[in-house]
Amino acid sequence: MQTLKMVVTGPFNAGKTEFIQSVSEIDVVSTERKISSEIERIKETTTVAMDFGRITIDNEMALYLFGTPGQKRFDFMWEILSEGMLGFVVIIDSTRPETFREARKILETFRAYAPTPYVVAANKQDCEDAWEVDDMRIALRLNSDIKLLECVATKKNSVKDVLLELLYSILAEFEAVDLTLAN
Amino acid sequence: MAIKGNLHDFTLTQLLNLINLAQKTGTLVVEGSNDSVEVFFSNGKLAYAQIGQEDNSLVGILHKAKLLSTNQYKGIKANVNGMSDKELGLLLINANYFSQQEILNSLQIHFVDVLKRLFTWMEGFFQFETDISPPEDKITVRVNLENLILEGSRQAQELEHLEEEIPSLDIGVKFVDRPGANIANLKLSQSEWKVIPYVDPQNTLKQIANVTDLSDFEIRQVIYSLLQAGIIEMVRPATPEGEPPPIRLPDPIVNGNKEEGKSILTRIIDRIRKL
Repeated sequence: MQTLKMVVTGPFNAGKTEFIQSVSEIDVVSTERKISSEIERIKETTTVAMDFGRITIDNEMALYLFGTPGQKRFDFMWEILSEGMLGFVVIIDSTRPETFREARKILETFRAYAPTPYVVAANKQDCEDAWEVDDMRIALRLNSDIKLLECVATKKNSVKDVLLELLYSILAEFEAVDLTLAN
Repeated sequence: MAIKGNLHDFTLTQLLNLINLAQKTGTLVVEGSNDSVEVFFSNGKLAYAQIGQEDNSLVGILHKAKLLSTNQYKGIKANVNGMSDKELGLLLINANYFSQQEILNSLQIHFVDVLKRLFTWMEGFFQFETDISPPEDKITVRVNLENLILEGSRQAQELEHLEEEIPSLDIGVKFVDRPGANIANLKLSQSEWKVIPYVDPQNTLKQIANVTDLSDFEIRQVIYSLLQAGIIEMVRPATPEGEPPPIRLPDPIVNGNKEEGKSILTRIIDRIRKL
């Protein structure tokens, strides 16, 4: 069976686990964080938080969704996870502007690892104190060509929409490459 | 006269036992498939160790131990032109950056770590030459070998068990359809994380070990723990005979045929729409 990978990233508690849970057909493998100090980080036995879920595409193919550990101290895992991904979703908690700067840094880090297509999902849009996506775009300094999507990670249809937008971006990139080659 | 052989026939534990009992002084050089290790002993005690081309300078070891920040590491590196580790050590102690004990502890942890990594090698040509000392400019330590020998013995037993559970590295692994009920409390190590992206029935364990830079022992450890956790299961290799195909990352699109890539994406889009 062919396997493909997408990465779901974002700051701590942004909603990554819920996002994967909403569309995964298997129980999301979610691990606990058990790192208590910076020094433990370099030990081989260090425990690292992770989530992953799966969507079977057909008899020959499965799509895996990998949720990255949110905290900066786990960033050594990001490069490993970004290898071979189709694209990535950056999830941001729309109610916690104090995490926007961190989200921006995570986005830039992933872009540096792999220049694959990505979308930004403004999660918790069903909450009363959620920021408007237009305001978030300004706060996050996202260009107008970057997809910033409203999202409620606990709702399957909302998550589907985000994944579809990411897939459309990947497809568009493929077609753009074809056009470049043709010219 | 040099002691020569292969770790496959004479294990590192046996070698250390010999060096310890005979209170030997000299250098053990082990040539593995990807790397080489040099370990110096003084009167049967571990004195110094170096693996491959890794930065073994004092400043590099202190940085690796997180006792120096990256900026401090770069700053010192740029300013210690030609200075030996011994001179630098004295400078750091006199400037009250570190105590002598802190420096020795860091070196000891590093050298022991090199030796522990050597324990995971199951093959490798070794040669022990007596009366060869570590480079003059290096700071040496004195670590008793008894505990390391005990640890090596335990590891050898573990290896034996792992080889029974995973006899061949030419098999593949895949994610299970229904992970075990205990996965909510699962904790993955850094090595396990490294392996996860390569879980694909088409990739043999040997290939995964190569690409993740894990030894045969380490890959068996990782696979065994993932098997026990109920995340993966072993599968027969896709190509039982001949050379296995190149290792496959979970991305057939980026490097593959464009038309095929678009077809795959269309299939995924159709599937997600139907969720």
